[in-house]
Amino acid sequence: MNPTAISVKNLDLYYGEKQALKNIHVDIDERSVTALIGPSGCGKSTFLRTLNRMNDLIPNVRIEGQILIKDTDIYSDEVDVEMLRKRVGMVFQAPNPFPKSIYENVAYGPRIHGLNDKKKLDEIVERSLRGAALWDEVKDRLKDRATGLSGGQQQRLCIARALAVEPDILLMDEPTSALDPISTLKVEELVQELKKNYTIVIVTHNMQQAARISDKTAFFLNGDLIEYNDTDKLFSNPDHQQTEEYITGRFG
Amino acid sequence: MAAEELMSKHKTALNHERAFDEERKIASRVKQRRGRNRLAHGLFFLATLVGVLVLAVLLFDIFQRGWSYVTADFMNNFASRFPSRAGIKGALWGSIWLIAITAPLTFIIGVGAAIYLEEYAKKGWISTLIQVNISNLAGVPSIVFGMLGLTIFVQILALKKSVLAGGLTLTLLILPVVIVAAREAIASVPNSLRHASLAMGATRWQTIQKVVLPYALPGIMTGTILALSRAIGETAPLIMVGAATFLAFTPGSVFDEFSALPIQIYNWVAQPKEEFSNLAAAGIIVLLVILLTMNGLAIFLRNKFQR
Amino acid sequence: MSQLAEKKNFFRKEKTWREKMEALIPGFLLLCGLLSVLTTVGIVFTLIKETASFFAEVPFVDFITGTKWTALFSEDQREFGILPLLIGSLQITLGAAVVAVPLGIGSAIYLSEYAPERIRRVIKPVLEVLAGIPTIVFGYFGVTFVTPLLRDFFPDMDFFNALSASIVVGIMILPMIASLSEDAMRSVPRNIREAAYGLGSTRLEVSLKVVLPAALSGIVASFVLALSRAVGETMAVTIIAGSTPSMSFSYLESIQTMTAFMVQASTGDISYHSLPYYSIYAVGATLFVITLTMNLLALYISRRYKEEY
Repeated sequence: MNPTAISVKNLDLYYGEKQALKNIHVDIDERSVTALIGPSGCGKSTFLRTLNRMNDLIPNVRIEGQILIKDTDIYSDEVDVEMLRKRVGMVFQAPNPFPKSIYENVAYGPRIHGLNDKKKLDEIVERSLRGAALWDEVKDRLKDRATGLSGGQQQRLCIARALAVEPDILLMDEPTSALDPISTLKVEELVQELKKNYTIVIVTHNMQQAARISDKTAFFLNGDLIEYNDTDKLFSNPDHQQTEEYITGRFG
Repeated sequence: MAAEELMSKHKTALNHERAFDEERKIASRVKQRRGRNRLAHGLFFLATLVGVLVLAVLLFDIFQRGWSYVTADFMNNFASRFPSRAGIKGALWGSIWLIAITAPLTFIIGVGAAIYLEEYAKKGWISTLIQVNISNLAGVPSIVFGMLGLTIFVQILALKKSVLAGGLTLTLLILPVVIVAAREAIASVPNSLRHASLAMGATRWQTIQKVVLPYALPGIMTGTILALSRAIGETAPLIMVGAATFLAFTPGSVFDEFSALPIQIYNWVAQPKEEFSNLAAAGIIVLLVILLTMNGLAIFLRNKFQR
Repeated sequence: MSQLAEKKNFFRKEKTWREKMEALIPGFLLLCGLLSVLTTVGIVFTLIKETASFFAEVPFVDFITGTKWTALFSEDQREFGILPLLIGSLQITLGAAVVAVPLGIGSAIYLSEYAPERIRRVIKPVLEVLAGIPTIVFGYFGVTFVTPLLRDFFPDMDFFNALSASIVVGIMILPMIASLSEDAMRSVPRNIREAAYGLGSTRLEVSLKVVLPAALSGIVASFVLALSRAVGETMAVTIIAGSTPSMSFSYLESIQTMTAFMVQASTGDISYHSLPYYSIYAVGATLFVITLTMNLLALYISRRYKEEY
């Protein structure tokens, strides 16, 4: 069994008065894929965004409890949020490449963290694009604008961009919801490949996807973590009735 | 029975007649309504044409009077008592100096304020205060900015009637316009791009510098150029801060006295002699050419980078 | 102990000099924003300071009720009654409104409801250019073209006169009314129009009975804003309407507005810190108060009566 990458304890989150996450406890394994599922508004995306503190950008958010990564509480004053986000990368729902060249998109992260050596950047760009299974498709047109790529290619570019800063953990927020089935398949295969080196937490609205690609699955409902289990177990023989009702399609 | 049937038949016929009548009335009313609509269409169109027509007549009138006076001598001579020797060199260079002072200042301060309001300010009294001020300043008559310049820059800061005092006054005058345009441009940057940058560990400022500003720059430039073209045509505030109408030199430093194109034009308009009036037209042509070039540039930028 | 420190360093980074400087940036940006507040404070301070010097010598009541304005005359003949200048400004504003309001609203209806897209694409930029013509140019156009033309119809009219100035100022504020009103009308949602068309309304009926009422607050606000600009209009009225303060309210005679007086006084050779000099500020303060009130009124109208769709 893998060691723990992220340990969440007593996590409560409030948007103003409204409580969006209630007393969450989770231990997420290193080098595995953890899927977060649940009906929309259940808190799964909110939870994902607590892991790299993207929720900081929303006014009036209050967080209580602890999230430990490498034994450090990421909400403590000791943590620079930029360093946290460097180590905990994120891929968003809709592909959001910068209106720059393909090369510049991937080089963006290393550059902002202070790398300007052209040769090293070339290396990182190639490695990241290979890592995202995009290299062969774009190696001849790295100077082209990224916005000219297809949706699926754009999303893999965004993954490459996230890999370029060499994170340990990769958060994915419904990364295939804007993609066609073939592109979705490619991204799913990529996720399987990436988990050899990265800890992946993925939010998905698609239960089949969760079942296909994840090792463990967490089911959220109304801000509660109802069940956190091995994926096989959760989809075949869940411990909770609400989980069963959700995966058999009785609500959500 | 038969009588009743007859009655009812008659009634039906009568009803048909009435319905027919009613329909004819409606039809004629529709005709009337459509006629009214056509008439109104024509009137609205004519109202719109008035603006276009006035612009055409204005341009024609000015070019007709002034075109033959726009000569190399006119461009190279300084102001003079004699119409045949009078030129706009001093005024033109004064205007160039003014823009050279105003352009960088408005750009930096205007974009800075816009970034603050869009990217940093939390909803609260400071940002409300700033916004209310900006929208009110946009409606303050330009001559009042001239009084501000006269008291603060010319006298209290002792800049005298210098081109710097004029440039600073124009800067304050067009700042609200630049801020509003820059805010719009910055607000049009999709949030997903900001989030992508932040999620890689970029700081807020890195995100602004490397993602937000490059994306918003064409819009910001367009707004700034349009605002500057307004500054270049302003007369009243410069009169208040004491722009000179009769200078035989171009400014050598920001502390020198200055004239400006609209000031020189005003001076010529106020002269009774017919030749001066034509010189004014020639000066206006130079001013308009500069303005149209700037407007063209702004439109070019807008179209080229429109996403 | 050292192990603990090492763990914490995982998400911690020594700030470079450049990053420390970055911490100062928001402060600088805030200052840029606060400059607008400072400008307002500066304007109010300027006006109050110099106007106070004015009222130290001229009683306030004389200023607002006096019917004679001879500020630039020799010392024993000076009178500082602002009413003639106020009436001059009012005359120009009313005259400009008569020209600009019907034309502006007609243009707005045409552009928003009638014009095909390709005509709109031509006319809108033309109106933008018209709006961008400097006021000095309108002044020149007024005295060289409009006034001579009008004198064909009114031979007794003074060369400097309020009528010509009103028409020119009306043309100047026309694009503002047209464009702001058009914006207000275009923001009326499509489905409201479609409902009316579905009942068999003509375009005119939809425009006047549906769109116009729905956009009314924006349209009225545009009037107020444009008229506030007419009050503050300076160069065109200075050149066209002359410099004769008058209580006659005649459009065929030379008059003087508040702004025109300010220009006349500034181009003359009055010395700083003399009573005529302070009188510029007293007039400027009056102008500022009037335009500010109108701008706030426009803001209030457009906020208070904003339609919720």
